[in-house]
Amino acid sequence: MTATASAPTTALAGLLLAVADDEFVIGFSDSEWTGIAPLLEEDVAMSSLAQDELGHAAALYGLLAELTGTDADAIAYDREPGAYRHCRLLDHGRGDWAMTIARRYLYDTADGVRLEAMVGGSWAPLADLAGKLAREERYHRMHAGAWLDRLARDGGEGRERVLAALAELAPDAATVFTPLPDEPALLEAGVLTASSAEMERRWRAGISPTFERLGLPMPPPARDPGRGRLDHGEAFRWLWSEFTMVRRSDPGATW
Amino acid sequence: MSEAGTQIGVARARAGAVAPPAQRSARVDEAAIRAALADVPDPELPMLSVVDLGIVHRVEITSTDGAIRVEILPTFVGCPALEMIKASIVTRLAAFGRPVTVVATFEVPWTSDRISTAGHAALLAAGIAPPGASGDGHPGADLIALGPPVPCPHCGSRRTVLENAFGPTQCRTIRYCADCRQPFEAIKQV
Repeated sequence: MTATASAPTTALAGLLLAVADDEFVIGFSDSEWTGIAPLLEEDVAMSSLAQDELGHAAALYGLLAELTGTDADAIAYDREPGAYRHCRLLDHGRGDWAMTIARRYLYDTADGVRLEAMVGGSWAPLADLAGKLAREERYHRMHAGAWLDRLARDGGEGRERVLAALAELAPDAATVFTPLPDEPALLEAGVLTASSAEMERRWRAGISPTFERLGLPMPPPARDPGRGRLDHGEAFRWLWSEFTMVRRSDPGATW
Repeated sequence: MSEAGTQIGVARARAGAVAPPAQRSARVDEAAIRAALADVPDPELPMLSVVDLGIVHRVEITSTDGAIRVEILPTFVGCPALEMIKASIVTRLAAFGRPVTVVATFEVPWTSDRISTAGHAALLAAGIAPPGASGDGHPGADLIALGPPVPCPHCGSRRTVLENAFGPTQCRTIRYCADCRQPFEAIKQV
């Protein structure tokens, strides 16, 4: 597989890694609900969401591995926690159900906007995959949206908890749109059809009617936009230790 | 329901395994390969062949060495059955006595609209509601829960509700029929 004529491999690799890490980390976070979700139906739903997201991550790591001549599993599992490039929105630990729904709603809506910007892109392997991912993500948005609505309109503890979750996530809510170091090259080559600033504008326009209807505070701009995919904290270190545990227990094992 | 499906799948697979020896090496063209693929069941929906499921994309025979190359369209990006499907195709096409390669591509997205009419009938017979139109291009496509009602595969009633947008496999949702009071699975519209 070759990069496009004008987008250097490093720029494509940076984009693939950021998107793949996002899907990988939220997929593992979702899987933490398997067996303990508040309702049986949600146990099924969160497990299925996790399976979707880990599948999306595997496809994206696969593109990255082909592009750079490396191994997808090694990229996914053999890095130190500090080398992951997911956004800090996903660094707040599992939390309670309201936290999970708030995170999923913010992420799913942002991811939808980002996929749209890749669907019409000039690098066919990513544009084709993004088109397929976008079809699946509709179900994720519907799920998160229905639950956000239910919790926010509850008026009691559900609403209090969702407000608390949104307050905790607020400084990192927009970090999906952290500009990548090589964003200008990706835009020039047409791999991305919208800048991160434009994507964030579309995202805000898309979610504001819902936030207004539910009387929820819109997320502020990211606290530290330059470091939105860096400085992963203790919650991610714990998750990393969980999802790499088997791999580290017997390095190089074949299955 | 799934047991019945498995039996149908096994019957189909057996039928494939005893394909007439005349097919072995004589005529190999795209139509013969596609006909052979109609014997390969989907592992998660074994009442459907990979052809009925609509995942067979390009079928090519290399002019130089006669090798067979089949492109398939994954129903879902993270479908865990994909490797099994590839292996089943390779096994079935081995009867042609040529090298076989199966690759997955997203060049064309698989949509639930690709399931054949015969596939819809096989799903219904197994108690799984076939998908309605995917709603491509409709502005309200995001509002899946508000889409047209999915008829109950048991009694045909349209008074059914979405219980869970997620089901036992990535491609299925769970619904409930208010008339015959049975839960049922439906293929996701994607």
